[in-house]
Amino acid sequence: MPDEDRPKHVDQHAKPHEKSVAAEETAAVAAVDTAGGAISPSAVPATAQSGKLPGGPDTLLRKIFTGSGVVSVLAVLLALILGGLLIAATDERVATTSGYLFARPTDFLSAVWNAATRSYIALFQGSVFNPRGSGLAVQFAPLMETLTIATPLITAGLGVALAFRAGLFNIGAQGQIIMAGILAAWVGFALHLPLGLHLLLVLVAGIVGGALWGGLVGLLKARTGAHEVILTIMFNYIALYFLRYLLNTPAFQRPGESNPISPILDPTAVYPQIFGSQYRLHLGFILAIAATVLVWWLLNRSTVGFEFRAVGANPKAALTAGINVSRSTILVMAIAGALAGMSGVAQVAGTEKVLTDGVAATYGFDAITVALLGRSTPWGTFAAGLLFGAFRAGAVQMQIQTGTPIDIVLVVQSLIVLFIAAPPLVRAIFGLNPRRKKPAAAGKSQQAATTGGAA
Amino acid sequence: MKNTLRTKFKRGSMVGVASAGATALLLTGCGAAPDSGSTATNTASDYSGCIVSDSGGFDDQSFNQSSYEGLKKTEKDLGIKVNQVESKTNNDFEPNLRAMVTAGCDLTITVGYLLGDVTKAQATANPNSHFAIIDVGYPTPIANVKPIIYDTAQAAFLAGYLAAGSTKTGTVATFGGIKIPTVTIFMDGYADGVKYYNEKKGKNVKVLGWDKAAQDGSFTGDFEKQDVGKQLTQNFLDQGADIVMPVAGPVGKGAGAALNEAKAAGKDVKLIWVDSDGFLTAPDYKDIMLSSVMKQMGEAVETVVKEDKDGKFTNTPYVGTLANDGVQLAPFHSFDSQVPAELKSELDQIKKDIVDGKLKVESAASPKV
Repeated sequence: MPDEDRPKHVDQHAKPHEKSVAAEETAAVAAVDTAGGAISPSAVPATAQSGKLPGGPDTLLRKIFTGSGVVSVLAVLLALILGGLLIAATDERVATTSGYLFARPTDFLSAVWNAATRSYIALFQGSVFNPRGSGLAVQFAPLMETLTIATPLITAGLGVALAFRAGLFNIGAQGQIIMAGILAAWVGFALHLPLGLHLLLVLVAGIVGGALWGGLVGLLKARTGAHEVILTIMFNYIALYFLRYLLNTPAFQRPGESNPISPILDPTAVYPQIFGSQYRLHLGFILAIAATVLVWWLLNRSTVGFEFRAVGANPKAALTAGINVSRSTILVMAIAGALAGMSGVAQVAGTEKVLTDGVAATYGFDAITVALLGRSTPWGTFAAGLLFGAFRAGAVQMQIQTGTPIDIVLVVQSLIVLFIAAPPLVRAIFGLNPRRKKPAAAGKSQQAATTGGAA
Repeated sequence: MKNTLRTKFKRGSMVGVASAGATALLLTGCGAAPDSGSTATNTASDYSGCIVSDSGGFDDQSFNQSSYEGLKKTEKDLGIKVNQVESKTNNDFEPNLRAMVTAGCDLTITVGYLLGDVTKAQATANPNSHFAIIDVGYPTPIANVKPIIYDTAQAAFLAGYLAAGSTKTGTVATFGGIKIPTVTIFMDGYADGVKYYNEKKGKNVKVLGWDKAAQDGSFTGDFEKQDVGKQLTQNFLDQGADIVMPVAGPVGKGAGAALNEAKAAGKDVKLIWVDSDGFLTAPDYKDIMLSSVMKQMGEAVETVVKEDKDGKFTNTPYVGTLANDGVQLAPFHSFDSQVPAELKSELDQIKKDIVDGKLKVESAASPKV
């Protein structure tokens, strides 16, 4: 558990029931804002103070990113239920049975139940275990697929989570994956090196590419005070158009062809498949686990990580305490970029084995959701990455077996974000908000709840 | 007090909503229940044809959609089973294609050059399954993959000639979505058609947006941003063009919007659509739709599926040309009366010459067969 979360976390559990949660949260956030009351609250929101102090605690974002894990789980549950209703609503059988709902309501209800469960069973069979396969190896193939898809989500998610812990909202994973992909792919197809060395160089090139692209944002933020959200969004565009430009140059095209697709990477430059060629799962997944451990150690056990968290909690206080805030900002963005860079390598050296303008897929943006769902903790992000990997892998089976459009999975993912962003809503639905005994006393805090829960 | 009032109001409105919902259910839900029993329909054939889209999806109003519709048609006409799976990102290609092969598809159609490598890998790994791929020709043929490719430059040549013969300002234009061979082949043919007209008639009609010699021109950068297409078209109009051929899928609508605005402002402008007959598929721009350069992908897919079902699969590429009607210039529809008879007969003659091989239309992007 991160230090600055501790008081808030304890508060939530030990809270006396007559007090409202909203008041607790407001107090907790205020405590974070003002370093527990050590310095007076600023008249100007920290986010609006560009320049001197990078990484102001964006209170609302902070709440969303580091709220309790229970809300995460409930949000997923709620999103799945709504997704199921949506599947049922578009089901033909449900539509026909609703025509004679009153003549035989059981038909309608069983149709609704069937439509939703069939889809989710297919989702499960496509992502974890397929009982119809012959032999264990085939039955667990979906799980391997889940892990494969989760790999880039985990590393990119870690990048977003780490930056967030340092108070930076890193939307730039997409661009960082792309830059890493460009460098890694180029090393992979243009250089011809011996086994081992080649892959190592691909990995290093990717990590360096991502780190540079992320670090540049950190540098601009630290030196000029430019806001990292704007910087990273723009850097995403620069990276994408740079990639498209490169793919139109002969150096990045296959000899004799003019499609914007790079040559296939050398066999020496790609990740070995962990469990043989029948699964796509590659070495990148092991590296993703290693990265998770590393980020956990960095955040919770190292001095640098402590500095990151201190800056994230309150840059002014960190500065007063003698922490070099600029250095932290640059460093954390570079590490975040390096982590996203690992996703880029997983893409070009793990699954795609070529460079196209779709190399980053939507992983850079999904990573934000993954970090959000994982509450910006390393293992939370890891678990969220696995969940999203399972959604993606299962969606294929769901589409083939039941004809449920793949978009349903995107809807479920979006609903998760929506619910995570509105913790009071989730708690209200599940009846977790404590009852208010005295309406008059709760009047003020209710107002706070409205403002606090507005997004 | 305020709270209580609000709660009451809330409750009241909830009751209202609930009763309205119940009424709706009553109205819609009082049909008679059908006899229970087996409702399974018989499929005439065990043959299954499958299709994997690229990231555009089956509603891209372009090659994914036409191919899908072609396959859907065979479901009825040939009584086969059809299975389809959409890809959202490049990452979905391999799992999707694997799943199709595992599902026991006899023929799997993949759409677009991005699926080229994956199709090749899966075809090699599953020599007993058949594949067909749209818009990809392999340098070395693969025994169980049939490429479906188009010599689009031939039809675009006719469109270029038509545009040159119809322009009032002496300037015509084209632009693409992304600079890829399947796009530039349209632009090559179009530019050559205009050039041919100039040579024949001693005119000097200019083409904006594409330089065939340099193989470079105007592109919107993707197949999504219609506003960029609109902006480009406005630029062309400002430079004096009055006929525009966008080769950019849905971005063509941006061009249509700009031209519709120009027409409303009293300008005499026209649009040339691509891929399908835009008069039918993009009816918003009917009034400015001079013609369309059509790639008959649906028909090609039908043909290939039928051949495979009849056990006549070959890996010889299907090349759509003017000769086999795989590519065509669409009818003029409402512009029919405005296209001079002389121009029409010249177009017929050019088409005949191309079919006979008397007139060669060449493009760097033409399929090499």
